[in-house]
Amino acid sequence: MPIEVEGKTIETDEEGYLANLNDWTPAVAEAMAKEDGTELTDAHWEVINFLREYYDEYQIAPAVRVLTKAIGKKLGKEKGNSKYLYELFPYGPGKQACKYAGLPKPTGCV
Amino acid sequence: MSDVKKFMYINRKAPYGTIYAWEALEVVLIGAAFEQDVSLAFMDDGVFQLVKGQDTTELGIKNFSPTYSALGDYDVNKIYVEKESLEARGLTLDDLMPLKYEDEDDDWAEKDSIRVVTAAEMAEILEQQDVVLSF
Amino acid sequence: MSTLHTVNKSPFDRPSLQTCLRLAGKGNAVLLFEDGVYGAMQGTAVADTVKEALGNVSIYVLGPDLKARGVGEDKLIDGIKVVDYKGFVDLTVENDKVNAWL
Repeated sequence: MPIEVEGKTIETDEEGYLANLNDWTPAVAEAMAKEDGTELTDAHWEVINFLREYYDEYQIAPAVRVLTKAIGKKLGKEKGNSKYLYELFPYGPGKQACKYAGLPKPTGCV
Repeated sequence: MSDVKKFMYINRKAPYGTIYAWEALEVVLIGAAFEQDVSLAFMDDGVFQLVKGQDTTELGIKNFSPTYSALGDYDVNKIYVEKESLEARGLTLDDLMPLKYEDEDDDWAEKDSIRVVTAAEMAEILEQQDVVLSF
Repeated sequence: MSTLHTVNKSPFDRPSLQTCLRLAGKGNAVLLFEDGVYGAMQGTAVADTVKEALGNVSIYVLGPDLKARGVGEDKLIDGIKVVDYKGFVDLTVENDKVNAWL
């Protein structure tokens, strides 16, 4: 199901992940969040940007356990726990944040 | 925990020419969620998976070699490379990516994950495993 | 009849390269690509066989496949020529037939 962003049609798979990773812009993330009824705050962007950097370096979307640990190290202990991340991304920090970040679904996520 | 098993993933294929290397890596990453005692072994053409400086731009396929550097984050930090396989291919440890992990029990000191072992040592390591998965 | 031999399998995985070099006619061209490019590296267990064959055949290796595998051109056996995709096409055109050693 394609989404419309800034007048462009962008292909996604049946679960809403980008078909082509290069199609991502911040506006794509905003549009995906809006569809889920979520308003992206700075706190969301911190995680989205972290995921994009992680993917850029390692070519994978990290598992939730790895994401939680790495966020704690990079952004502080109060953020490196699943409670904080689930509050931001109630559909699951792996799935939802990776989708907004334009990454594939995390490896091993069903 | 007594139910932790020793899992060994054996990698014997070069990257890109076949799908085995990438499939094995995905299985390792998925399996890491189960918190078992995981080791990887690289032998035969599998040692080519770890060669540094891979650049697949002109092939138009994904370069998954950076993903091996994420293994430390997944607590996969025992990576055994067979010395004999390296030598037959004119390679040394210096030709491989420097894979690291942070040791939780040693104030998060950064340590090398790769250990070059002889065939005899590798045989012993294989003997100690509960489960061996070969790719 | 000029022949281009192609080898796309690692010489450490199966003996396609060794058989190809043993049976290629004098003056033939041999192109290594995909996992076959590992046969062009110096200091390997097959390097002596390849060096010896250079007296009989011309050996080419596909550059993009070398790069993908992190094999620098400085690591190649002297006398082996690197070609790009266009060079691959030229070789197939220049020769009367292609023998693909799988």
